[in-house]
Amino acid sequence: MTRYILSRLGYMIFTFLLIASLTFFLMQTLPGSPFNDERLSEAQEKILNQRYGLDEPVAMQYFKYLGNVLVGELGVSFQFDGRSVTTIIGERIGVSAILGAQAMGLGLVLGGLLGIIAAVRHNTFMDYTAMIIAVLGLSIPNFVFAGLLQYWVGVRLQWLPVAFWQGFEYSILPTISLAAFVMATIARYMRSEMLDVLGQDYITTAHAKGVDRWKVIRKHGIRNAMIPIITIVGPLTVSLMTGTLVVEQIFSVPGLGEQFVNSILTNDYPVIMGVTLFFSLLFIAVIFVVDILYGIVDPRIRLSGGGRN
Amino acid sequence: MESLIQEFGFLEVDEISIPEQKLTDDLFEVERQLDKDVEVISQKPVSYLGDSWKRLKKNRGAIIGLVLIIIIIFLALAGPYMNSHEFDEQNLKISNLPPKVPALEHVPFLGLDGKDIEGQDTYAVKNVDGYYWFGTDNLGRDVWTRVWEGTRISLYIAFLAALLDLLIGVTYGSISAYYGGKIDNVMQRIIEVLIGVPNLIVIILLILVLQPGIVSITLAMVITGWVNMARIIRGQVLKLKGQEFVLASRTLGAGDTRLIWRHLIPNSIGPIIITTMFTIPTAIFTEAFLSFIGLGLQPPIASLGTIVNDGFELIQIYPHMLMFSSIIISLIMISFNLLGDGLRDAFDPKMRK
Repeated sequence: MTRYILSRLGYMIFTFLLIASLTFFLMQTLPGSPFNDERLSEAQEKILNQRYGLDEPVAMQYFKYLGNVLVGELGVSFQFDGRSVTTIIGERIGVSAILGAQAMGLGLVLGGLLGIIAAVRHNTFMDYTAMIIAVLGLSIPNFVFAGLLQYWVGVRLQWLPVAFWQGFEYSILPTISLAAFVMATIARYMRSEMLDVLGQDYITTAHAKGVDRWKVIRKHGIRNAMIPIITIVGPLTVSLMTGTLVVEQIFSVPGLGEQFVNSILTNDYPVIMGVTLFFSLLFIAVIFVVDILYGIVDPRIRLSGGGRN
Repeated sequence: MESLIQEFGFLEVDEISIPEQKLTDDLFEVERQLDKDVEVISQKPVSYLGDSWKRLKKNRGAIIGLVLIIIIIFLALAGPYMNSHEFDEQNLKISNLPPKVPALEHVPFLGLDGKDIEGQDTYAVKNVDGYYWFGTDNLGRDVWTRVWEGTRISLYIAFLAALLDLLIGVTYGSISAYYGGKIDNVMQRIIEVLIGVPNLIVIILLILVLQPGIVSITLAMVITGWVNMARIIRGQVLKLKGQEFVLASRTLGAGDTRLIWRHLIPNSIGPIIITTMFTIPTAIFTEAFLSFIGLGLQPPIASLGTIVNDGFELIQIYPHMLMFSSIIISLIMISFNLLGDGLRDAFDPKMRK
């Protein structure tokens, strides 16, 4: 187990360094410099370049950059004068985290219920309905769904606020938009896992002993079916992260995703790089934690040579 | 034989030689006449693909998906030529017209009667005759033509990305699994690192540098997209290469290339098709997503994603622009997912749940 964790940790660090290097060199290839202003004299430009370390050789800049990244120093925004990228991320991550957690919670609960109902009532009308909902949730792009919700519930029916972030009711529509995909994915997995578990011998045994039908489903069925669900929580977190990019933009939620999209629109490269690295780190960390967790929960999986099959 | 005799001179030639007699039919006789029809296969043998197709036909969802895909592809190819409007033909006098369709305009609840959301007949106000089936956008361009033109480009990007994923993934995966050992080890380590890279982030970074365009968007998707295919093919080939038919083929003198291309890959066709079917909607989504965050195709070229994005700006006053493009992009995604699910069940009945 320790060896496995260490090797995964090694991969994690290597992958992160790779992404950090990729961001650095991709940004190097962009034409122009931030101080490409005709009003600046040559001497002033030299001073500025010196101050930001842009006069040093690329290799030197690269190692400095890596060093800064490792201590969480991500540079200064072009757009917001003199504010560090780390501060911007810090200010905005809270809102995104709340939104993400709500969406994940809602999606897990609804998806789980939908999947269980579908499996217990296998091949009935309820099963088909649940699976149609799941296919719709998987297929309809999140920005389309968010747009439709905003238009119908917000603009036409005026039940809920259309945009901004000033209280719980403002978070309902963005949460639903994000939760749809999570719900659909969980529902499908839950259904197939439940069907698998309900076909096992120990379920027949429990029935034969005369245990109440719902008790069997609750104690034996759902509990065992939930184990493999852990593996998809990782990819789902990632999809939530990318989902926030568009959903926050649509509902004008002041989170990290909205900041990222706006930085792309305004070419604020330090922020783009910083948020990219931050997202990557989160992504890598989530996959790592999920791998380890799964190894602990289900000891049958191979621990050496890559846990995920 | 000749060399054997030369080497072991003591062997008498007629002791080992086989009689020169030809094997003719009259040397044989049928033992039990009655059983002669027992071994005849009465039905035409069913191929793997034929068998899967038979199962697929029973899956209603998959067939609906398949029919929808065919209709959408047809409209994407032929739709823009069904009326006389050009996709980049601007005319500000007829901007923001609501949809109006002959015959269907008399069905009140469909909203295809050329009236805007306040119930005003814009066609009469602006003195426009003729029909714009999906209405016009803020520059007076025909939305019907633009939507299908955009669908064509979205599908083109998706198919191209899926094809490249397929080529790279299949080659990489089969080489890695077939040669095994050190080669496999190194190739798997590379994959292990790439798996940890968040796809969308890399795609966004690449587009920032490469500038959005059909080729750059496709390439950015392929750079990270092939990994999934490679892993699936590797698993398949690993499973297959230990089987007897591979050994038999090798014994008969088949080389590596022949084994990989003629035996291992054709036997993995099921997972290959399924994975491709799921790559296409993902690519369509990714492309639309990029348009949405401002990294999509630049005008005058438009994809479904950019049209959806344009529609958002006018959602409150002219919702029709968003509606049609959203419905079509959702339909494409739904059909490919339905077909993909159906194919998965059809190719692997054991997995069916």
